[in-house]
Amino acid sequence: MNLDPKIPSGPLADKWTKHKFDIKLVNPANKRKYTVIVVGSGLAGASAAATLAELGYEVLCFCFQDSPRRAHSIAAQGGINAAKNYQGDGDSVQRLFYDTIKGGDFRSREANVYRLAEVSTNIIDQCVAQGVPFAREYGGLLANRSFGGALVSRTFYARGQTGQQLLLGAYQALERQIAAGKVKMFPRTEMLDLVVQDGKASGIVVRNLVTGKIDTHAAHAVVLGSGGYGNVFYLSTNAKGSNVTATYRAHKRGAGFANPCFTQIHPTCIPVSGDYQSKLTLMSESLRNDGRVWAPSSAGDKRRPDDIPEAERDYYLERKYPSYGNLAPRDIASRSAKEACDEGRGVGEHGLGVYLDFRDSIKRLGSDTIAQRYGNLFQMYERITGEDPYKVPMRIFPAVHYTMGGLWVDYNLQSTIPGLFVIGEANFSDHGANRLGASALMQGLADGYFVLPYTLSNYLAGMSRDPVTTQGGEFRAVQNQVEEKLQRLLSINGKRTVDSFHKELGKIMWDKCGMSRDRAGLTEALTKIPALREEFWQNVRVLGEGENLNQSLEKAGRVADFLEFGELMCADALTREESCGGHFREEYQVEGEAKRDDENFAHAAVWEYQGDGKAPTRHVEPLVYENIKLATRSYK
Amino acid sequence: MKLKLHVWRQKNAKSEGRMVTYDAPDVSTHMSFLEMLDVVNEGLIAKGEEPIAFDHDCREGICGSCALMINGVAHGPQRGTTTCQLHMRQFKDGDEVFIEPWRAKAFPIVKDLVVDRSAFDRIIQAGGYVSVNTGGAQDANNLPISKEAADQAMDAAQCIGCGACVAACKNASAMLFTSAKISHLGLLPQGQPERQRRALNMVQQMDKEGFGNCTNQFECEAVCPKEISVQFIARMNKDYLNASVCGPDPGKKAGGED
Repeated sequence: MNLDPKIPSGPLADKWTKHKFDIKLVNPANKRKYTVIVVGSGLAGASAAATLAELGYEVLCFCFQDSPRRAHSIAAQGGINAAKNYQGDGDSVQRLFYDTIKGGDFRSREANVYRLAEVSTNIIDQCVAQGVPFAREYGGLLANRSFGGALVSRTFYARGQTGQQLLLGAYQALERQIAAGKVKMFPRTEMLDLVVQDGKASGIVVRNLVTGKIDTHAAHAVVLGSGGYGNVFYLSTNAKGSNVTATYRAHKRGAGFANPCFTQIHPTCIPVSGDYQSKLTLMSESLRNDGRVWAPSSAGDKRRPDDIPEAERDYYLERKYPSYGNLAPRDIASRSAKEACDEGRGVGEHGLGVYLDFRDSIKRLGSDTIAQRYGNLFQMYERITGEDPYKVPMRIFPAVHYTMGGLWVDYNLQSTIPGLFVIGEANFSDHGANRLGASALMQGLADGYFVLPYTLSNYLAGMSRDPVTTQGGEFRAVQNQVEEKLQRLLSINGKRTVDSFHKELGKIMWDKCGMSRDRAGLTEALTKIPALREEFWQNVRVLGEGENLNQSLEKAGRVADFLEFGELMCADALTREESCGGHFREEYQVEGEAKRDDENFAHAAVWEYQGDGKAPTRHVEPLVYENIKLATRSYK
Repeated sequence: MKLKLHVWRQKNAKSEGRMVTYDAPDVSTHMSFLEMLDVVNEGLIAKGEEPIAFDHDCREGICGSCALMINGVAHGPQRGTTTCQLHMRQFKDGDEVFIEPWRAKAFPIVKDLVVDRSAFDRIIQAGGYVSVNTGGAQDANNLPISKEAADQAMDAAQCIGCGACVAACKNASAMLFTSAKISHLGLLPQGQPERQRRALNMVQQMDKEGFGNCTNQFECEAVCPKEISVQFIARMNKDYLNASVCGPDPGKKAGGED
């Protein structure tokens, strides 16, 4: 497997500028002769599809939702980072670059991260030009706030609905291109496989979710912006439909999957209330600007929070990390909450929660100011829990939120399959072992608006301009495989529902490959998952028909892939014998803090599929740090 | 608690639908409405019956997928709340609950409780954007925008496109949805060059899709999960009138400035 990252030569700060100049361009008159498939319509997919269409390419865009506006980027609450330094507080491209590398625990590629920081400022300009209503000061200029893992205020926001507003901006740009006839949109259409012909990504096989019809589409290049795989845990903050199918199918067709064990557990989510729980709801990290996290000092303290005096409260983040305090990065804040609960100091009915308390801020700023900053989040909390956070501290617990791992891509965002590009959360490139808050939106839009449109032209310029067709034998073969698999799922007619398998897989993953992992647990998971998968293929019950809207069938296909992918994740977690970022191995720690092993693991682990029932091969891309010194991450 | 559910079942767009009664015997007050349906569906599958189809995705009140008419009220009894955020503590033991899809000519039923809302996308295609290509935008702070204008634009922009406004309206009017986008962009300087043209084209598309007109009952505002104000409809009407009288050319703008 060729893992050449294709990093341009020259000084770090000049690489992108130089690369943009070196890139081959496609003559404007020829652009319409190239067809590009974009899978997914979130921030990355919609921004890429719109921009490519504006440039003149013919774009086919696919999403499983009923409208591209509903992709899960819409749920991002807190904000988007950019190195604008509007606050004059010492921010710069260099500092955003450094914070991101350090936040990722030195497991990301320098050149990619630097480019991300560099284009971050263009994103804000672009979004404002589209009419995204970011929060503003009375003077009319843009407002900022701070987020975990940073000591500057560089986060732009639109109340608690930043993802929504950015996605609507990209969606509107996309709809404009649909109206212009440059993008053909396929909503309620799910990619079920990738077609690789003559060694190149040549198209996809999709299912129309309303009619059930299986179709093929050909293109000169395929772009996956299909999001992350957090739902392998069943319970996560992802949307119910979010899945790994597009990226995992591409993996099975030859794309290397990088660092699948790097998953992010978000520290501030609403705790689970019962076994009917279908998803977890995030409370934006921005709440940690004004809320203080604490747990009772002594185990088993069942008093109401009001009755616990100041001296018997443990503001553990402020105690352990005095300089970052409540704004410690997500992995650290999550693990600390777990520790408190493991010590029996958790709160709420099941003892799986800690407090996020606004009492002091309300005293200092007044409840009006707090309402202005977080009003909609407080309302959401009250609707779900029936408790008023103005009066009673919020109860929070960590939940799976984001996946840093994804398909391996080089500097051009191209996977190990020529012609297959991967953007946004679906790739592995920029966040290392832990993503900083407000950086997912930044990366999605950076890839879609400002990186892919350049690097894709470099690839297409070397391609024949002949129209593409789905006549090739490979299209027929892959389509048949997809149809057979669906038929098989419908014909098992066993005893257990798809959800029951998904929940069981999720529990294995959460227990053995969640916030902390160890050899014994991972080894156990690696025997349990294949057994569960086997049972799934014997005993799942999928009712209804293939030729109709069939939500059970949709879920079954996704869960079937999760049942394979979970095993890959555990294998990755087992072989990464160090702790870094969101990957915490019990065996590798110093006084409760992650112990990285730079000598042996300063690399991306990239997995190559070897066929059904065969162990995948682990390759590595060494991470070379030329500009920053590897250091122990300290937020103390 | 125990509930009796009456649910609209319809195999597909072509077949006829009917209400079917189900028992929900073991409902916790902490469940969301959709989790209650999940549990009912698990029971149906166990009995060999096809589960009830309904649209849902984020389950945190922002994607706009979920869309249920609950006891005749779009998104159910709690104000400012999507179906997915509605929790069962709003109901009591023994309640009968009627669950239907959005009903509007422009939102044809796909299956059970799932409807086709692509008409909303086509309204946006008619002009719900600022015509700016990627790249070359000026520095974001070069154009100060008053906090009041930005806040008001955000009030309109937070529409989630769920279609409750249409479902609640006796005329199946989409004017709250359409006016929210026209106002979001019309309140900002970036939206000015296309303001008249946008109002004209989006309203025309709305009519073409078969949505009805507004007769000022404000049912839409009452059920809107984002509590979007009907004042935006007035703004839209003003822009539409300007554009109808003077044509879509902003140079010939009539009426007051704002």
